[in-house]
This record gives sequence, C-alpha cells and structure tokens, in this order.
Amino acid sequence: MPLIEIKNLHVSVQGKEILKGIDLNMNGGEVHAIMGPNGTGKSTLSYVLAGREGYEITEGSVLFDGVDLLKMEADERARAGLFLAFQYPMEIPGVATATFLKTALNAKRRAQGQDEIDAMEFLNLIKAKTAELEIPYEMIKRPLNVGFSGGEKKRAEVLQMSLLEPRVAILDETDSGLDIDALKVVSRGVNSLRSEARAFLIITHYQRLLTYIVPDFVHVLVGGRIVESGDKSLAELLEAEGYARFEENEAA
Amino acid sequence: MAATQQTVDAVREVETYKHGWETDIESDMAPKGLSEDIVRFISAKKEEPEWMLEWRLKAYRYWLTLADQEPDWAKLNYPKIDYQDSYYYAAPKLGDGPKSLDEVDPKLRETYDKLGIPLLEQEMLAGVAVDAVFDSVSVATTYKKKLSELGVIFCPMSEAIKEHPELVQKYLGSVVPYSDNFFATLNCAVFTDGSFVYIPKGLRCPMELSTYFRINEKNTGQFERTLIIAEEGSYVSYLEGCTAPQRDENQLHAAVVELVILDDAEIKYSTVQNWYPGDEDGKGGIYNFVTKRAACRGKNSKVMWTQVETGSAVTWKYPSCILQGDNSSGEFYSVAITNNRQQADTGTKMIHLGKNTRSKIIAKGISAGKSNSTYRGLVRMQPKADGSRNFTQCDSLLIGDQCGAHTVPYIESRNPTAQTEHEATTSKISDEQMFYCQQRGLNAEEAVSLIVNGFCKEVLQTLPMEFAVEAQKLVGISLEGSVG
Repeated sequence: MPLIEIKNLHVSVQGKEILKGIDLNMNGGEVHAIMGPNGTGKSTLSYVLAGREGYEITEGSVLFDGVDLLKMEADERARAGLFLAFQYPMEIPGVATATFLKTALNAKRRAQGQDEIDAMEFLNLIKAKTAELEIPYEMIKRPLNVGFSGGEKKRAEVLQMSLLEPRVAILDETDSGLDIDALKVVSRGVNSLRSEARAFLIITHYQRLLTYIVPDFVHVLVGGRIVESGDKSLAELLEAEGYARFEENEAA
Repeated sequence: MAATQQTVDAVREVETYKHGWETDIESDMAPKGLSEDIVRFISAKKEEPEWMLEWRLKAYRYWLTLADQEPDWAKLNYPKIDYQDSYYYAAPKLGDGPKSLDEVDPKLRETYDKLGIPLLEQEMLAGVAVDAVFDSVSVATTYKKKLSELGVIFCPMSEAIKEHPELVQKYLGSVVPYSDNFFATLNCAVFTDGSFVYIPKGLRCPMELSTYFRINEKNTGQFERTLIIAEEGSYVSYLEGCTAPQRDENQLHAAVVELVILDDAEIKYSTVQNWYPGDEDGKGGIYNFVTKRAACRGKNSKVMWTQVETGSAVTWKYPSCILQGDNSSGEFYSVAITNNRQQADTGTKMIHLGKNTRSKIIAKGISAGKSNSTYRGLVRMQPKADGSRNFTQCDSLLIGDQCGAHTVPYIESRNPTAQTEHEATTSKISDEQMFYCQQRGLNAEEAVSLIVNGFCKEVLQTLPMEFAVEAQKLVGISLEGSVG
C-alpha cells in the first residue's frame, strides 16, 4: 500500500478551481519532486495535504497509509506523521524555539501513548540535532523564527522535521531565499532523513535543490494538473528548456 | 480576657440600645447589612483596641457620605450593588465542607490536576475538612520561627493590631488613607483580616513570603487588608493569591494593600488572581474592587508589582506607585486575561514626585469570548520630578471577534525635564500562526496557550520561578473553550 495515495484531487479556493485532478502515489523510501511555474497550485497541494482551512475539495481522495487524510484535522495529520516545511515559517513571539520544539515533540509522543520527554533527554537530543544541522545552539533559545534570517528559518524547519521524524515530509520551496552554503546544509539534513519508512514531497521552482536532494521521481505541475512525470533527468531538461511547452499545451 | 469581655459587653449594650436587637458575640455570623453596629461587632470579634475601632468608625461614617460616589468611570458594566444585602462578617466554617475529595466538583478537581497541585493542597483549597495536624503545618511553623529569629514579623493583620500596635498605628492608612476611595473606605470599616509583614533594617528576606504558608491561610474573606513595611536597605518578595480557582460565597470583594518602602529598600509583590469568574454567561462571578498602592518613601526605594489576573467576573484594580524618594523606581507588570463575559479594568498609576524617579509599565491584555479588557493607567510627573522617566508598553491580544480591548493612558507632565514614552499595540492570533502550530501537532487549545504565553512572557518571567510555572499553565486553562 502506498504511504500517500492521491486520486483525482480537485480543489477550489473561493469558487476558483486550482487543482484539476491530481493523481500521485508515494511509497516509503521515495523522494518525489513537484516542479512548475508560479501559480500552478504547488503550494495549494501542500496546504491541502497538511489540512489548512480555506480549501474546498470538490472531488477526489487522499489516503495516508490507507486512512482518509482529508477527514483528519491539521493537528491530527501532524501527529500521525505528516510534516510540512513551510515556505514562509511563522514567527511565534516570546516562545523560545526549544520550548516550541519540546511542545511539538510531546504532542506527538502523547498521541503515540508515550510519556513526555525527560528534560535531560530532550537537551541531549536537541544538542545532537543542532550540531548535525550546523545550527548554533544559541539559536534555539531565541523566539521561534523571530528575527531569523531566511537561512535560519529554513534550518529551523529542517530541525523540526528531524526531531519529529515524520513518515511523510512535504518541503514547500525550501530552497527559496537560501544561499549555496545554506542550501547544502539543508539538503544534507534532508538526505540524512531519507529512509525506507519515509516519503518526501519536494516542491520547488528550480532544479538547483534537486542536485543536492536527488529525487526518484519528478512531476511537472502546470495549470493544476500533473502534465508529465519522469526521473531526475526531467528536472535537468526543465532547467534547460523551461516550462514554455507545457504552458502552450495548457493554453490550447 | 477581661478587657475582651468588657468590649463584648459594651457592644452588646450599644447594639441592644440602638436597634433593639442583639447580636450574639459567640455567633459565627453577623446579620446582613452594614451599620455602625456591624463595624463594632467586627472590631469586637477581632478583640481590637479602641483606636482601631475608632478608625473603622471614622471610615464607616465617611463612607456614608460617599453613598452616591461609587466609582463609575471604569469600563465595567454590573448591576448596582446593594450594600445592605451583603454579609460583612462570617467566621470560617469548619466541618460543613466536603468530607473528602470525592465529594468535590470533578471539574474543579480536573483543574487542580492540570495545575499540578498536590493532593493535600487540593483538599485545603476545596475546603475539605482535614485533620488539624499534618506535615505542612509544622513546616510552616519551622519557617515562621526562622523568620522571627531574623526579626521579620509576618502574621495576620488582626494579630499585628494587637501585638504590634505601634507599627500598625504608624503605617496603616498612611499609603491608602481611609478617605481614599469608595471601596477602600468600605474596606477600612469592615476588613476582617489579611497579612502584616515587617522587614527590619538591612535584611534581605531569605524566602518568598507566603509560598510556604499559602495552604495555611485561613479564609481571609472578602475584605482583605495587607500592610508590608520594608525598612531601610531591606528586601522582600511577597506572593499573593493562588493559581487554583477559588470559590467564595461572597460576591463582593474589596481588598486594600499598602506597601511602605524606605531608603534603599525593595518590595517585589506578585499576585495571581483566579477568583471564580462566573459561568459562561458571567453569572455568579466575583466582583473584585481592589486598591493597591506602594509608597517609595526613601531614596532608591524600589517596588515591583506583578499581577496575573485571570479570574473574577469584574476586576477593578490599579496597583500604583508613589515615587516620592529621589531615584526611587516603580515597575508594573500585568497580564489580564478575560474570557466569556468577564470584564477587567486594570492598570496602574505612577506618581513621580522625587528627582530622577523611574517607572516602567508592561501591560498585556488578552481578551477572548465576549469579554472586555481595559488598560487604564496614569503617569504623572510632578514639578519637582526633575529628570524622571517613564516607559509604558501596552499590548492587547484578541481571540475571536466578539471581545474588546481598550487602552486608556493618561499622561500628565508638569516638569519639562521629565520624559514619558508610551507604546501600544493590538493584535489578533493569526490563522497562519494557528495553522503553523497545528501543523506541528498542537491542538487548537495548546496552540492558543503557547502563543498567549509567548505574548505574556515579559510579564510571566518576572514572577518567582514556581509561581511562573503555575501561571503559565493557568494562562492555557483560562482560555479553554475560546477557540473553535
């Protein structure tokens, strides 16, 4: 059974159809990339999967490990192991990053019937993870995302992902606003999380990220539909040729 | 005892004479209503000296002249209070409470559990009749002994009146005079008890006062009177109230707190107020009209008020600082949370009299449900307050679209060298923030609690450690049911 099974998904926002029939299966161990020009519904797909309000699903279904994902609340989906790394992570003033991380981790542990994490255990865990991601330990004492640079925000997202160990991770334009060094660090973090039990959906504009996180599948999303799928060579082709030929088809 | 008997007899005589009825001094309850007889009854019950009774009567007579001067300027809406329809004295009842925690309202117990309150304390709070002897009493006694060896006086106000009349006479009413305001005047006439603290010269009180004594406090009732005196160069941190929801049969509460701070002394006064707020329609909640004031009398005197106000149906409260000594400073940190139909009108007054005085106000108001929260503050720079400064920051956070937040700052400067700064913000918890938290696995209530705690952090971190932890949990609990 696929980890994620999207069938004929149609989504509208305020009466306007954005996604016009998406079909996509993702298995554990796979990395899927979704590429496409601006405004074709890439972010809509990630928000719909994560359960954000304001999207109307007019047709289709999404199964997460065989369970109807669309019937779950956003927080249930998260606790069940779905993670979205945001393109624009939110600031939470006054809440230390470490506090936020611990709260999130404990929410997940409780859902799994585990005890809350012991303070020492958490400290050791967070020290190991921050070192791995080359995040200065001082950063986790600062309020979450408040005054963080673009690179720091994205690293903080990957740190959260690493800590919560999701089964399905969606990365929405994680490469936007990153310089090459930050991009490498973030990619390394993602790659270290690749495992047979986990699937990734990577949403991006550019092929650049995919040279560091090499996908198993690449899908082209244009006009609310997946118009072509292939392996990593498709990404390279797109980089060279752009999206023009798909957009012409769409227009016709 | 003979003197007491005399007083009792005198009261009996007066009462019989004036109104033709007799209050049994042995009874635990005075009849409804307020009169000179009731004032005398309370004073007699407390075995007070004559001067105390005279002071009460002076206040009572003055209060009568204020009949139509109950403050109405606050943004509060409550039915007119019939002062003759209240009880003004009832001794704490023993034995008729629940027999065990099993008999206590499960909802209340659930909240105690969420706050992590130990069982024994739960029993005390819920009014379970427990055996008089248990460990914490002896713990408290040990601390009291240690304190008295250091020269600290920490006792009920009624005891201080008898044991330390010279201090009480010198300081009681010196910060909040009997004629101060309608509610304070009422308090002077009928207060039943409260705390008295005296910190001797140069002593840094080695423990937070009242933490260890919290569960041993008797039902101090609706008219509490507190007086704290910090002698030259001394320091004390005092904790008042309790994070656990407190129920009280008396709807009307009017407390007075006076702080006297001499040269180079400092008082840190922290409050967590969680009186019963009433049901979802606001029915049955406590009306809390409090007058709190600190007098920084000496040079470098320092006071810090921190309050976390989550309870009561109506809150009217403005802990204030009179910055009289040169270089003295006052700080006010406040979190006021209102939910459902609660109303809070709270803030502070900073009166700068001395040179180079400093004040800082950080007020955080959180409104949810159909509640209303108002910050009302006065900063006054008097002509001699050369070089004085104030910084005020008021932030309001709204949850939902049916609540209100209001900021009413008054700034009066009569000295051109004094500086005042005022910043105010109003914000809402955004859907994006909520979604972000929920995407990390927090449910809606956990998300609100986390965001609000972040919003209040500057204030909560001024609380003593163990109080702060409880207050954080309380913030979440107070807002339960405020989000979809």
